[in-house]
Amino acid sequence: MGKTLFDKVWDKHVVRSIKDGPDVLFIDRHMVHEVTSPVAFRGLENRNLKVLFPKKTFATADHNTPTLNQHLPVKDPLSSKQLLALEENAKKHNISYWGLGHKKNGIVHVIGPEYGITLPGTTIVCGDSHTSTHGAFGAIAFGIGTSEVEMVLSSQCIMQQKPKRMRISINGKLQKGVTPKDVALFIISKLSASGATGFFVEYAGKVFEDMSMEGRMTVCNLSIEMGARGGMIAPDEKTIEYIKDREFTPKGNTWKNALKYWNSLHSDMDANFDKDISFDGSQIDPMITFGTNPGMGISILNKIPNYTDQSDNEKSYKRSLNYMNFQEGENMIGKKIDYVFLGSCTNGRIEDFRAFSNIVKGKKKADDVIAWLVPGSHKVRNSIKEEGILEILNDAGFELREPGCSACLAMNDDKIPAGKYVISTSNRNFEGRQGPGSRTLLASPIAVAAAAITGKITDPRKYL
Amino acid sequence: MAYEKFNILKSTAVPLPIENIDTDQIIPARFLKATERVGFGDNLFRDWRYDSDDNLNENFVLNNSIYSGKILLAGKNFGSGSSREHAAWAMYDYGFRCVISSFFADIFKNNCLNIGVLPLRVKQEDLDYILELVFENPSIEISVDLLNQKLLIDEKEFERYFEINSHKKNNLMNGLDDIDYLANIRDEIIDFSKKIPF
Repeated sequence: MGKTLFDKVWDKHVVRSIKDGPDVLFIDRHMVHEVTSPVAFRGLENRNLKVLFPKKTFATADHNTPTLNQHLPVKDPLSSKQLLALEENAKKHNISYWGLGHKKNGIVHVIGPEYGITLPGTTIVCGDSHTSTHGAFGAIAFGIGTSEVEMVLSSQCIMQQKPKRMRISINGKLQKGVTPKDVALFIISKLSASGATGFFVEYAGKVFEDMSMEGRMTVCNLSIEMGARGGMIAPDEKTIEYIKDREFTPKGNTWKNALKYWNSLHSDMDANFDKDISFDGSQIDPMITFGTNPGMGISILNKIPNYTDQSDNEKSYKRSLNYMNFQEGENMIGKKIDYVFLGSCTNGRIEDFRAFSNIVKGKKKADDVIAWLVPGSHKVRNSIKEEGILEILNDAGFELREPGCSACLAMNDDKIPAGKYVISTSNRNFEGRQGPGSRTLLASPIAVAAAAITGKITDPRKYL
Repeated sequence: MAYEKFNILKSTAVPLPIENIDTDQIIPARFLKATERVGFGDNLFRDWRYDSDDNLNENFVLNNSIYSGKILLAGKNFGSGSSREHAAWAMYDYGFRCVISSFFADIFKNNCLNIGVLPLRVKQEDLDYILELVFENPSIEISVDLLNQKLLIDEKEFERYFEINSHKKNNLMNGLDDIDYLANIRDEIIDFSKKIPF
């Protein structure tokens, strides 16, 4: 029996297996941020433990950072204290720290790939559920809790039961105007917000082969939104081309040996999946969500379905529509929006800004729309400037902020006010996710751009 | 952080039959700024317990004095979303030691097990039945016998076996965690690391 891509990487990292219990899994890369780490560092001190492999640990500040005036001291005393705690912990334990204002600073899942920290065939964890992003490179990457952060800091291992394997194959050709975000929202709408819980997903087929690395990151990023621990895509020439010569990518002989390993990273023909699902890529439309979990997504052209069509129970479904102040049977097209948010670890990369700017070029932002455009990292921000995108954005009435997680989780000041509608490229439309009482519609960067200029939900294909 | 050992839990339960309750509801992101693990229980279900002016929402079950206890009964797919362990801390700190649901999100389930909260999965029909019992009689006592992996409601002669892996069960019963387990096999891990190329 052949092995799946997931099995090949997992099995290589098992230090020991406990009977009727978890595996002890070795972790190659540990990304750390300010919010889920302070209690873990405190735990180490209480137990008198050290960080076992500081060189495999990378710290950055992103969740709780301002996106305006980053050169000034952080105003909120709690946020400031949390940032300082990470800086001190990193220093004390000899961990690299790309804090606020550092030229390599950015969202943890954006900077990992940018600097070659993310590599095929590795195991990557972070105290953040969207760690699944790194699976785009053929890595096993997933989010962990703070106790597990403490485990990885102290032992470079965590204890996990091996998940089941699911393959999602999409073949066919995507229609023009259908982006990786739409593909992911489509899959989640089919499987529901819990449909992949207990599984690790491999995305396969022509649609993913054709996708850019950044597109693959968007898809893998959203794996958690259907409950999967992570998602991964077999590395190919595009992957190797992307990682080549980045700062932390292996060089010389290590690179040559790594290539041999990476070439073996694909599911064998006779590999067995616990669940094998396929879709036709040509049937996917631009997507939008209408409810309060990412499984509540539909084609942007469709009407809001009746609850009987859904997997959630009636009470929860109606509660969700009630929160959004939407009715069953309403059109999504034409609904007024108040805010737009372009950014996050899902869609805060340079290709997302290129796509957004292509739509708004030569047009004007709708007057009554407030737009927050937040790059995923300084590197992305610099590219936006160097490629002339900033000028296009400014001419169309948009401003660019400084990098961070921002309104995706609204931990900093970037909060959407209660009752307001935001069309967002981020990953979660939960109640209050983008600010207490805020109402989120998840969509692709181009759908967000189209809404930004019209002030309402608009089929982005009109502007292509 | 040490937690109270889990053996037999006998308690009334709080019913919250909403599906897909995510960790942003359990504890909103703006309450994640602490650098120490204290006080998270105050903000458990913050935006459901209080309105936007910080007044108690009388309609929310946690503010209804009829219901209390160390067990939360929650709808399908409880704990979806973010990996924030703060959600599990908030549950523990508020006083919940067990959540009974028909389905748990993966990371939340692990976080609970790591800090001494038992996520107990039952069939949907059993969850519906227990919810019905609690709505009928809020003082009905539910027992969780971890050693024998049994959920019991004596009054109704209701008994169900539940699954938990033996490693985590042993941890919970003895108040242990995996950080110590891993610290004890450090040498084995260091040896293993030499086989990993980068």
